[in-house]
Amino acid sequence: MAGNASTHEPVIGVLALQGDFDAHRAALERAGARAIPVRTAAQLDDVDGLILPGGESTTMLKLLDYENLFEPLRRFGAEKPLFGTCAGAILLASEVTNPPQPSLALLDITVERNGYGRQIDSRIAPIELAQGGTAEAVFIRAPIIRRVGPQTKVLATYLDAPVLVEQGRHLAATFHPELSNGGNQIHNLFVEKVKAQTAHRPSGGRDRRKQ
Amino acid sequence: MNFQTEDFRLKVGLAEMLKGGVIMDVVNAEQAVIAEKAGAAAVMALERVPADIRKEGGVARMSQIRIIRDIMSAVSIPVMAKVRIGHFMEARILEALGVDYIDESEVLTPADEEHHVDKHDFKVPFVCGARNLGEALRRIAEGAAMIRTKGEAGSGNIVEAVRHIRTIVKEMKQLTVLGKEELVHEAKKLQAPLELVQYVAQNGKLPVPNFSAGGIATPADAALVMQLGAEAVFVGSGIFKSSDPEARAKAIVKAATFYQDPVKLLEASEELGEAMPGLEISKLPEEALLQTRGW
Repeated sequence: MAGNASTHEPVIGVLALQGDFDAHRAALERAGARAIPVRTAAQLDDVDGLILPGGESTTMLKLLDYENLFEPLRRFGAEKPLFGTCAGAILLASEVTNPPQPSLALLDITVERNGYGRQIDSRIAPIELAQGGTAEAVFIRAPIIRRVGPQTKVLATYLDAPVLVEQGRHLAATFHPELSNGGNQIHNLFVEKVKAQTAHRPSGGRDRRKQ
Repeated sequence: MNFQTEDFRLKVGLAEMLKGGVIMDVVNAEQAVIAEKAGAAAVMALERVPADIRKEGGVARMSQIRIIRDIMSAVSIPVMAKVRIGHFMEARILEALGVDYIDESEVLTPADEEHHVDKHDFKVPFVCGARNLGEALRRIAEGAAMIRTKGEAGSGNIVEAVRHIRTIVKEMKQLTVLGKEELVHEAKKLQAPLELVQYVAQNGKLPVPNFSAGGIATPADAALVMQLGAEAVFVGSGIFKSSDPEARAKAIVKAATFYQDPVKLLEASEELGEAMPGLEISKLPEEALLQTRGW
């Protein structure tokens, strides 16, 4: 049941085609949201926001293609918040390099895949958040954000490159906050964004329209 | 053992990213590109697929470096490669090459009949095969960051992978209902460190991702092991020994995602050509079994 957003815990989907969607489910629950796996376009009607998890972006792109999910996701993103981590950030970007590949283009950034190198170059590092405080960033075969658009706000950097960015209702991280041992602040931030967004809509709840 | 070291978390982290995916055996860059285009989450670079190793016999070793290097430059997804059980110098060479994961595999001819590689000593993560919980926990104790069932590689027969995943899952469930003092006895029976036995008893699962391999040939096979508790699948000979590798690769990728949805599995299973030829395990002589390698 869709209810009043101010009194209801938000329902946030995790795109569960491939990757560490289960780790995101746990992090969302810790942040006080209800998390459900999303594998079809119809399931997008049931959620207030959506996380695109870590995993392999090429695999996710193929499955989006096989299931005709690309356009429904773009439409979803035109109205509701999306949060992409690592592979998810690559899917959200307006431009992808190394190699170039299609993307949802909902966030004005250029992302270079496998920017630090291969698995042996994966690392865990502390980062400072623009909102204050620090977070532990887990980078696994992570991409690097090489360009941010004028509307894109940088919320954290690592080695002089943006690693957490925000544009309007959307959020993207090149690292894996879902695997962090250092607190849940990034998922809390996204849950707050989803709450703010649902509160703005006059219906206050989820859009139950079925096409 | 401490699972919270940064190195071990990063090793397990990459395995987390492969969940719900398909890792495909490839013998050259061309096959690797086909696998990536079909949606493989990673590829396993090797010289011969298990079905050919079985047929041709001889000593099966780590692949030629040139083949692995070609594959690494042809695709953007993670590239794994196999070393012989206990052959830590093959592993050092692959680590220097920069492969993303090493499979210490029973498919190759063992180099050491008593010792597996000390995997803690490497920065590159390792996956190892197991037929039961004791074997899985011994491999994790040695530093494996991902476990897969052994199944019977190159057989095209799912029966052994099913036996192994069912055994591991059942043995884990049994631990969850035992008392503390009983766990000590179980650790002895499993020949595994008590602290890992205690972890499984508390959490009902392994401290690392649990995948399935060995005999997966169809989308239905992939869905079956996923339903039984596998978190991702390895397909060895099943793709490139079938009549239409591209279609089969794509179908198995879909099956690993939609393993709970019979209608989607039906769609994935339509218009597939011939699967690889299968072997009946009971007709194989004991010395032809690959799964009994490793200790």
